[in-house]
Amino acid sequence: MKVVKIDKENWAEGIEKIKESYKVFGPSKSKEFHLFKELEKGEAPDLNFLNTRLSPKSMFFPQSEGILCYCLDPNKKDECNIVKEIQKDYSPKAIIGIRPCDAKAFTLVRPNFDNEEYQDPYWIKAYDSITFIGLACSNTDDSKKGMPCSSCFCTSAGCGPFNEEGLDALIVNTDDGYIIKALTNKGEEFLNKAELSANSNADELTANINTLKKQAEEKINSFVETDKLKDKILLDLHSANFWDDECFACINCGTCTYVCPTCWCFDIQDENYGDSGVRFKQWDSCMYPLFTLHGSGHNPRSTKVQRFRQRFMHKLKYYVDKYDNGIQCVGCGRCIRLCPVNIDIRKICNIMNSYEPAA
Amino acid sequence: MKNPLLPYPVRIDDIKVETEDKSLKTFKFVFLNPEDEEKFSYRAGQFGELSIAGKGEIPIGIASSPTEKGFVKFTVFKAGLVTSHLHAMNVGDVMGIRGPLGNWYPWDILEGKNIVIIGGGFAFTTLRSSIVYMLHPDNRSKFKDINVIYGARTPGMLLYSDELKAWEARDDINMHITVDSANNDPNWKYNVGFVPTITEKKAPPADKDTYAIVCGPPIMIKFTQPVLDKLGYAHDHIIMSLENRMKCGIGMCGRCNIGKEFVCKDGPVFTLDQLNKMPREY
Ligand SMILES: Cc1cc2nc3c(=O)[nH]c(=O)nc-3n(C[C@H](O)[C@H](O)[C@H](O)COP(=O)(O)OP(=O)(O)OC[C@H]3O[C@@H](n4cnc5c(N)ncnc54)[C@H](O)[C@@H]3O)c2cc1C
Ligand code: SF4
Ligand code: SF4
Ligand code: FES
Repeated sequence: MKVVKIDKENWAEGIEKIKESYKVFGPSKSKEFHLFKELEKGEAPDLNFLNTRLSPKSMFFPQSEGILCYCLDPNKKDECNIVKEIQKDYSPKAIIGIRPCDAKAFTLVRPNFDNEEYQDPYWIKAYDSITFIGLACSNTDDSKKGMPCSSCFCTSAGCGPFNEEGLDALIVNTDDGYIIKALTNKGEEFLNKAELSANSNADELTANINTLKKQAEEKINSFVETDKLKDKILLDLHSANFWDDECFACINCGTCTYVCPTCWCFDIQDENYGDSGVRFKQWDSCMYPLFTLHGSGHNPRSTKVQRFRQRFMHKLKYYVDKYDNGIQCVGCGRCIRLCPVNIDIRKICNIMNSYEPAA
Repeated sequence: MKNPLLPYPVRIDDIKVETEDKSLKTFKFVFLNPEDEEKFSYRAGQFGELSIAGKGEIPIGIASSPTEKGFVKFTVFKAGLVTSHLHAMNVGDVMGIRGPLGNWYPWDILEGKNIVIIGGGFAFTTLRSSIVYMLHPDNRSKFKDINVIYGARTPGMLLYSDELKAWEARDDINMHITVDSANNDPNWKYNVGFVPTITEKKAPPADKDTYAIVCGPPIMIKFTQPVLDKLGYAHDHIIMSLENRMKCGIGMCGRCNIGKEFVCKDGPVFTLDQLNKMPREY
């Protein structure tokens, strides 16, 4: 696969070139945070950021997405009450500057929306239409940023600052330019369309990347223990006595679930506009009591501790058991940084991993 | 790519009021596109999502049997938003159905066995599907003794009263119908008592060739389980059907899980043996 090194000055030109073939999305500063947005003509991605406040999952799993539509006009006999699919734009998109943790997160989510039994066409088509161009977390002179926050624990969560899973190409920010390494055919095509020509020695660049990778990994100093989760008995963990203490401060605000790139729960709701309407799929959260409330009034997770336990058990035990694919967390640290009461998944994970039921 | 969230259009072909308080009605649907009926091929024990445009979708057990062709039936309790709208609809109205969803009673294991069906309240709907399926001339010889223990609060709350009579008259099925109280019906000639009590009296002895299928409200299940234990039923011979709040019905929305299982996809049918390994979040 192609590896190229480009001057930072040439970058803008390449970005403009690829806008002819893709809709291009990238990080852009909005007030004090970065978010992913479609880049307009002449606008380059702002790669000077730690990570976006919200994960870019809404690119293919929007917070609220119309999926089906219907007509409610009784005069239109052939259409009335018949639910139809909404046609959408799945033209090629490129997302530039996504962090490796976020890209990997979506590979953890995929089996939920795309498995042998059922495929969610909205998630799959939107995801597949995107070329993921990652930005490694490395330090550079022009920016002290781009290095892990104290709450990043990717290396022990099955990921890493240069992780390539889920990416089509990886950008490494160096002192004197960007090294861009294609990882898939989609990534190679992106490089070709950007007309960023290879003028450097691929082996040398790869060695260069590996050195920076090692340096970056060494800078991560926050870890979780996950090695024993698989062997724990699910019911032991579920009935463990630490949940009451750990959930004490939680206010069930749901922030941790909304900011998480690996949280995927959703609701389905109809919204009517006069004599037509749209059925929406929208983010929901296991932290909310309505999430599991039965029509009869019975609620199997009616208390805070049950809902709190659900989130952590899902990420750190149910997912582990179901897919044998590591934990459902990539260590991006968003839920830690944004929890209003400082609940820390690293602590819960370590408690779960070392839990021994009383004999 | 097939869209599992898109309902098939159906027309309400018949509506039957089941109970004297009119809280339960059976809706008979025909598919607007005949090829959709083929795609909706189901087994007894599965459910569907009934979809009313502008109101939403709700999971409901399939009450008809796969041996009944040309239509599909659901018996619905008027509970809230969507069910109330459904109860207000008329024959000829068009709406949607998604499915079939979920797993089914393990018919491959149940063949050649004695079957005890234990049902209470309106959870009896998918049990009707199973009974009609087993009693069909093509299938009856595949099962040994069939016992049905079915209870409702009062005689007027029993579902499928005409069929109950017809089954009662047959000699290849033992019906044990019961009500909590028969005060309002002086002619009541069947049992009086809660389902667990009647189970203790009427259920056949446990052995490796006898399977119990239990479906009912949580309280009935709670008190039936110790009775089956007392009678010696092995936990892998007790088959339950669960309900949980659902939306997608296909294991994606993350709503209905119990531990790592999704009631909508891995269930709703589980053996008690399986449930023992799951948290009690139902
Ligand atoms: C596998 C399965 C099989 C079932 N089989 C049957 C059956 O055979 N027959 C039967 O009668 N029932 C059956 N049920 C139960 C049936 O699904 C419920 O009674 C039904 O969903 C109630 O729907 P409703 O909209 O009328 O009730 P509601 O109480 O109005 O709504 C249902 C849920 O939606 C939520 N909700 C309602 N309105 C809103 C709103 N505006 N915003 C946000 N949330 C809202 C409520 O919190 C409630 O939990 C079954 C359930 C399952 C899971
Ligand atoms: S962000 Fe913190 S307080 Fe809010 S639901 Fe999550 S753990 Fe609880
Ligand atoms: S659980 Fe927290 S740290 Fe893990 S991926 Fe989600 S937001 Fe990031
Ligand atoms: S109903 Fe959505 S996961 Fe079961």
